Amino acid sequence: MSEQPSSVQQIEIDRITIRFAGDSGDGMQLTGSQFTSTTAVFGNDISTLPDFPAEIRAPAGSLPGVSGFQISFASIDIQTPGDSPDVLVAMNPAALKTNLKDLKKGGVLIVNTAAFKEANLKLAGYTANPLEDGSISGYKIYQIDMDEMVKTALKDKVSLPTKEIVRCRNFFALGLMYWMYSRPMEPTLKWIQQKFGQREDIARANEIALKTGYNFGNITEVFEVRYQVPKAKLQPGTYRNMTGNLATALGIVAAAKLSGISVFYGSYPITPASDILHELSKHKNYGVKTFQAEDEIAAICTAIGASFAGNIGITGTSGPGVALKAEAIGLAVMTELPLLIINVQRGGPSTGLPTKTEQADLFQALYGRNGECPVPVVAAQSPSDCFNMAIEAIRIALRHMTPVFLLTDGYLANGSEPWKLPAISELPNLRPTFYTNPENFRPYQRDENLVRPWAIPGTPGLEHRIGGIEKANITGNVSYDPDNHENMCHIRADKVKAIANDIPDATIYGEESGDLLIVGWGSTYGAIRTAVDDLHAQGQKVSQLHLRYLNPFPKNLGSLLKKFKKVVVAEMNLGQLLFVLRAQFLVDAVGMNKVKGQPFTVSEIKENILNLLKEL
Amino acid sequence: MSSPQTVKLQVPTTPTLQKKDFVSDQEVRWCPGCGDYSILAQVQSVLPKLGIPKEKTVFVSGIGCSSRFPYYMNTYGFHSIHGRAPAFATGIKCANPELDVWVITGDGDALSIGGNHFIHVIRRNLGLKILLFNNRIYGLTKGQYSPTSELGKKTKSTPYGSIEHPLNPLSVAIASEATFAARSIDIDVKHLSETVEKAARHKGTAFVEIYQNCNIFNDKAFAHFTDREVRQDRVLYLEHGKPLIFGKDQKKGIRLVNGYKPEVVEIGVNGITEEDIVVHNAYEPSPHYSYLLSRLNYPEFPVPVGIFRSVDRFTYDEALNAQIHEVIEKKGEGSLEKLIYGGETWKVEA
Repeated sequence: MSEQPSSVQQIEIDRITIRFAGDSGDGMQLTGSQFTSTTAVFGNDISTLPDFPAEIRAPAGSLPGVSGFQISFASIDIQTPGDSPDVLVAMNPAALKTNLKDLKKGGVLIVNTAAFKEANLKLAGYTANPLEDGSISGYKIYQIDMDEMVKTALKDKVSLPTKEIVRCRNFFALGLMYWMYSRPMEPTLKWIQQKFGQREDIARANEIALKTGYNFGNITEVFEVRYQVPKAKLQPGTYRNMTGNLATALGIVAAAKLSGISVFYGSYPITPASDILHELSKHKNYGVKTFQAEDEIAAICTAIGASFAGNIGITGTSGPGVALKAEAIGLAVMTELPLLIINVQRGGPSTGLPTKTEQADLFQALYGRNGECPVPVVAAQSPSDCFNMAIEAIRIALRHMTPVFLLTDGYLANGSEPWKLPAISELPNLRPTFYTNPENFRPYQRDENLVRPWAIPGTPGLEHRIGGIEKANITGNVSYDPDNHENMCHIRADKVKAIANDIPDATIYGEESGDLLIVGWGSTYGAIRTAVDDLHAQGQKVSQLHLRYLNPFPKNLGSLLKKFKKVVVAEMNLGQLLFVLRAQFLVDAVGMNKVKGQPFTVSEIKENILNLLKEL
Repeated sequence: MSSPQTVKLQVPTTPTLQKKDFVSDQEVRWCPGCGDYSILAQVQSVLPKLGIPKEKTVFVSGIGCSSRFPYYMNTYGFHSIHGRAPAFATGIKCANPELDVWVITGDGDALSIGGNHFIHVIRRNLGLKILLFNNRIYGLTKGQYSPTSELGKKTKSTPYGSIEHPLNPLSVAIASEATFAARSIDIDVKHLSETVEKAARHKGTAFVEIYQNCNIFNDKAFAHFTDREVRQDRVLYLEHGKPLIFGKDQKKGIRLVNGYKPEVVEIGVNGITEEDIVVHNAYEPSPHYSYLLSRLNYPEFPVPVGIFRSVDRFTYDEALNAQIHEVIEKKGEGSLEKLIYGGETWKVEA
């Protein structure tokens, strides 16, 4: 398709951020993920942020029903989905209302005028049509009646009712964006055939709608500029587009192969973790058993039972689910069994904001059980890092006979980025050793790391009983002895502390010492890194330390923190890691906190850092 | 009317096991006179008959006096948390279906906090046994009423009498479609031992309610029908293929009026003959009949004991493994290569 008016300017640009927004029923997630996978295969670096409501279907056209998908793609290395979009595609008034404030000044606004009728305008809280009353200015606005475009294109081509025809409007929008940003249509055309192959009419309708959108840009003279975003110079290798939940699931499946034993995943559907269960349930030929339990508690209890019997027990959930599992986690700590607990964090407390991101469950992971009940905690820092940390968490659980928390969040879970595939030979050997020697066997005898043996039912001569009541060290018999209890509390604590010998040191990005260190954990990694890079380019001195191990901390953390005049901890909570660092290291750190159900923007972080540097 | 499948007896590879092999080295700490001693003894005498190696046997319990059971068994054991034993047991059985798994629970553990897991393990029909020690009280926490306590029961937490209509464990089990549901009594050792053995040989979830006397907090809860003097007149011993007849002179029986309403009648009185008496069918496929039996209670009726229901249905663990094998047949064993390098990938050249 090279037939275009010579008046169209071709501009090469190194980064663009597009936000698709529409009603929940408008297919924005589909549009966004298609643009993403096409762009990934094309070779740009990408980062995405889906933003959808909790309700399955809010009333059509309403403000709470707006669903959005932001994708940032570039020819350079990017770490965030963009602070604000350069382009907003608004499919209805409600989408315009909720998203316009985020559009960059002078940015491109594309609206589907078909939806700007009185009823929809009213639902969105407009008293008049903002496209007509001059209230919107400062953007390049393109008003297109996408419904009409699609209806005209499909007239006599497919025999579908009007309702189904206009539903293809999202493919029109997609096609237009493909043209505007010089993307190929082939991957989506192929996907349409695969997805709708059974319903030829729908496949054909979507195909035509896509091409119509593309041609609209190509042939009409509506658009003066067309953009090229060249391939990114990513590190050589093989890549795949990954969301955090998919990466988590693949890490678990890989662990089954790397350990040579089965994984048992007990889970209960909960936003935003359900996808992990869905993905794992497909891999029955990899030694992965999935169990959709009757409730969150059964989910973890079945996993613990499976661990007792020699599988790798894993359970995945979000904050409210972890709350329910607390008692069982305590039992896993007492019985010293390997277990992975995944918390895909979301806005809390209570039911909170099911589809919005947050990282306010750190206290819960560290302390949320009765008694002295330590549990190791690790956190992934990007969608593809979920793969690494899932494997790492399982490695720690198996090696140290303990439950382990893996913290991710909704942003990582649904966001995507290109993942450079690891060489299979680089992946760790997770093979555990089951204890088999009946001579002098004691269930709670320990090695030099205070780890007890994994003696599973079915092994002759090792018959023993375990449970939640306090037990005598070594023998494991029920014991109420005062000294023994205190000793056991110390042993359980020391066993977790000893894991520090088994994890990598923390590293600093930037200078090893200086005025300001910004500490983060979890999904804030990308925004902090980008902010720090931008500030370095401006000659500002600030270093970044990002933690993936939160309990125990890396051994050198204390000494690294001391090397800076000021430490600021950026987190999507009211200061949880801050509290722990202050307490453990007696460092007078300060917090940078945002609890809005949205990730930090790069500019927020930069502004904060600059203010802190001024105060020093 | 098909008879249910039974567990294949394994040829013991170790020397024949005896009762003493199953006795652990722990001092048994139940109160003197507790009904649990009898149950423990009967289970320990049944296990050697099953021919299953000790190392393949696992006892899982929740919390309660009943749940101390695993400590006294020289097998693998898991003393878990209140109400959740069926869930742990499910995980154990799914991880290793070759294990012989037993759940020991009580009326509070299974029907109060554990109600949800109780229903689901039964409907899933996991290949395991559930022995519910029903003493109609909370013993371990020293005497609160339980979901099976009678209306009006005066206890520490109900000094003016319980205002709750009680649950019937067998009814709940049968409503959850238990493929094996039975009841026995702690002091009827022969009957208890036979019932436990039959449960052990059942292929799916085998549920047995055991009336157990807590002599400290709810003494003689069942004495009014279990005492030797009255037992024959007030307890109905169920036997498949035999009519529902009870009484010292075996003259009383149960007949159904209008097809479904049970009624106690006397043979030889008012023209009643043995033909009128219901013949027990433990293998009846639909649960209605056994549910009806579970509703028979003293004093209006004799209390039935024995096997209420024993039917065949695929077990969760066998279906789990069958599906896994199906997928492996279709897709082949997974490889790391396919896992990671499958999906849509693209290459970035140097």
